[in-house]
Amino acid sequence: MEIYLDNAATTKPSNEALEEYVRVSKMYYGNPSALHKMGLEAEKIIEKARGQTAASLQCDAKEVIFTSGGTESDNLAIIGAVRAAKHRGKHIITSKIEHHAVLHTCAYLEQNGYSVSYIDALPNGEVDLDQLKQAVRPDTVLISLMALNNETGTVQPVSELKSIAPHALIHSDCVQAYGKIPLSPADLQVDMMSLSGHKIHAVKGVGVLYVRKGVHIVPISYGGDQEGIRSGTMNTAGIAAFGVQAHKICGSEEESMRTLKARRDYFAQRLLEEIPDAVINGQKAVHILNVGFENVRGEVLLHALENAGIYVSTGSACTSKSTKISHVLQAMHVKPSVAQGSIRISLSLDTTTEQIDRAVLEIKKQTDFLKKFKRR
Amino acid sequence: MKEILLLKLGEIVLKGLNRRTFEEKLIKNIRAALQCAGNFTLQKGQSTLLVDPEPDFNMKIGVEAVKKIFGIASIVVAAPCEKTFASVCETTIDYLGKRLETAKTFKCEAKRSDKRFAMNSPEICRELGAFILQRYPHLKVDVHHPDIVVTAEIRDYAAYVHGGRIKGAGGMPVGSNGKATMLLSGGIDSPVAGYMVAKRGVSLEAVHFFSPPYTSERAKEKVIELAKILTQYTGPLKLHIVPFTEPQLMIYEKCPEDLLTIIMRRIMMKVSQRIAEANKSAALVTGESIGQVASQTLESLGVTDCATSLPVIRPLIGMDKEEIIEVARKIGTFETSVLPYEDCCTVFVPKHPKIKPVLRFVEEAEDVLDIEAIIEKCVCETESIWIEGIDKI
Repeated sequence: MEIYLDNAATTKPSNEALEEYVRVSKMYYGNPSALHKMGLEAEKIIEKARGQTAASLQCDAKEVIFTSGGTESDNLAIIGAVRAAKHRGKHIITSKIEHHAVLHTCAYLEQNGYSVSYIDALPNGEVDLDQLKQAVRPDTVLISLMALNNETGTVQPVSELKSIAPHALIHSDCVQAYGKIPLSPADLQVDMMSLSGHKIHAVKGVGVLYVRKGVHIVPISYGGDQEGIRSGTMNTAGIAAFGVQAHKICGSEEESMRTLKARRDYFAQRLLEEIPDAVINGQKAVHILNVGFENVRGEVLLHALENAGIYVSTGSACTSKSTKISHVLQAMHVKPSVAQGSIRISLSLDTTTEQIDRAVLEIKKQTDFLKKFKRR
Repeated sequence: MKEILLLKLGEIVLKGLNRRTFEEKLIKNIRAALQCAGNFTLQKGQSTLLVDPEPDFNMKIGVEAVKKIFGIASIVVAAPCEKTFASVCETTIDYLGKRLETAKTFKCEAKRSDKRFAMNSPEICRELGAFILQRYPHLKVDVHHPDIVVTAEIRDYAAYVHGGRIKGAGGMPVGSNGKATMLLSGGIDSPVAGYMVAKRGVSLEAVHFFSPPYTSERAKEKVIELAKILTQYTGPLKLHIVPFTEPQLMIYEKCPEDLLTIIMRRIMMKVSQRIAEANKSAALVTGESIGQVASQTLESLGVTDCATSLPVIRPLIGMDKEEIIEVARKIGTFETSVLPYEDCCTVFVPKHPKIKPVLRFVEEAEDVLDIEAIIEKCVCETESIWIEGIDKI
């Protein structure tokens, strides 16, 4: 049996989510914006999911906008917010360890007259809040910081931001955090947050942008305004699947976090027992274990583990096709030789202790072998 | 309007008594390649083959497929008609009328292989030209750079009218000049080398060495994809995938670092020779070009050659990278070749490889390896895949 340890890349859809997806696709295929009864029924499905999502975030249903996924949510939040606030200033703060959906969006804005401060990370994987405080300016209109880093798993101090810059809007990419830690916009003190369906055992192609009531953002694409500032025929089935998983998440985050953290810590402890010179990159993680091995290349180790039916990733899945060192590990100043030999192990609630034990032994076996053939 | 394909044979027509064998190979290749377009019948004419399509035949797909078949010098899409001058004129208007309306200049050409036809070629040309000028008074004759060449061909069974020829792939029919085994790496060069040898009528099998976990499943898929693209020119081919991690690690452990690559190349040659002999290939084909990398200096090529008793054909030997890329783009392998999947293999690349290896020293360095056993194991573990063609959508 395969051991899937790449849950930060994507998760296996749950049976309930899949069944709902199929049921809705078959029975409620009407366009939710249509005036007739079939449209109304589809709309009801969406409103139910919206309610379930809002409940999991302890927010108002009107604050939930359905999108096509995390990337769109990040784009809409950042571009939409700074364009709406352009009369107040053109300065953005973000971190160097964000997902490319945030980093490349900021780079695009830089080319279009905005200035962006990119904040470093500390060696423990947390963003450097002192540096962030220094970067705040009167014309700062937006701070975007992820809640949980997708490569190291480190939980970020998002709730501190509002008091640091009360005049700026706060956006948080919560794609990795949702379902793994308690997460409400009120507690985090954020104005916007991005979520994604396929990271929570729902399906690909659906996401959420939470926008606090009263926060003004402008659209970034134009059409029928089905979701107000977001256009496009709504993905009824995907949204329904999202709702199913959101409902499961609601109220279970504390327990999920404890369980995941315990398994992750067990994994780390077992790895260090077997491979004492392994380096754990980043702390304060919940479901992600980023670990580096000297004299091994992460990509080679990935393929070696793949042959044994164990699936992990190097860096974030989006960068693994280029051999560049992960931008996150770079921002944390991880030694290049360790960074090159780093893999990301990401767990789900389905990951068992037996799987972890087997994976640890396989990693030990493969790194022992690969170390013999290091580059001279 | 009914259209047929006239395929003009290339170099084959220069052949003597063995011409029939060449033609038969070509006909077989055309039949196979045109299957993707639909049903048709194939007739043999003088230095020409005629494809007469059934109603389900997709002419556009057919022309694209036929453009890649070696042994065809040019391709003509024509409208058939009765063998009378009046019918030729009428068909010219029906078939080429739209193009004649928009063209500014034209010229006429005529071919008469049926000498029983009352007019000779110059007469047909003249009369057809006069007819067209009368019908389309805006047109002017330009014998050097006409917008359209109106051609009438009077053949045994019918006459054909068309508006000019399309250049064919040239070369010789694949299979008419024996068989070779090519080394297919996944880079830019080797598919081009295979293409060039196939162009001379050589049928091919391909060998790929892969090194998991140092190279990925995607890298292997990429090579399969390249082989699929090549089949458009070579016809279906067999791809032998040789697991090569163990020999590489063995060389790494036991041999001097600066000779890693050359020893690896030599073992690849030996394994390829074994595969080539089993499939009755008369030569090996590689994509090497002089001086491109350390293993492709004259000295290195010499030492590599000594590893095999088969002739090693290197069609790219005198080409610059730019020229190779140009062909790769033309034949459609470039985009696939540059997919970046094979970059985790640096363990086996020496920092300072020997640029001028000496055979005696290389052989001494190899002595620590049980080369015969390595080859045996490689051949034993080789997975052979039959690559039928590109995926149909």
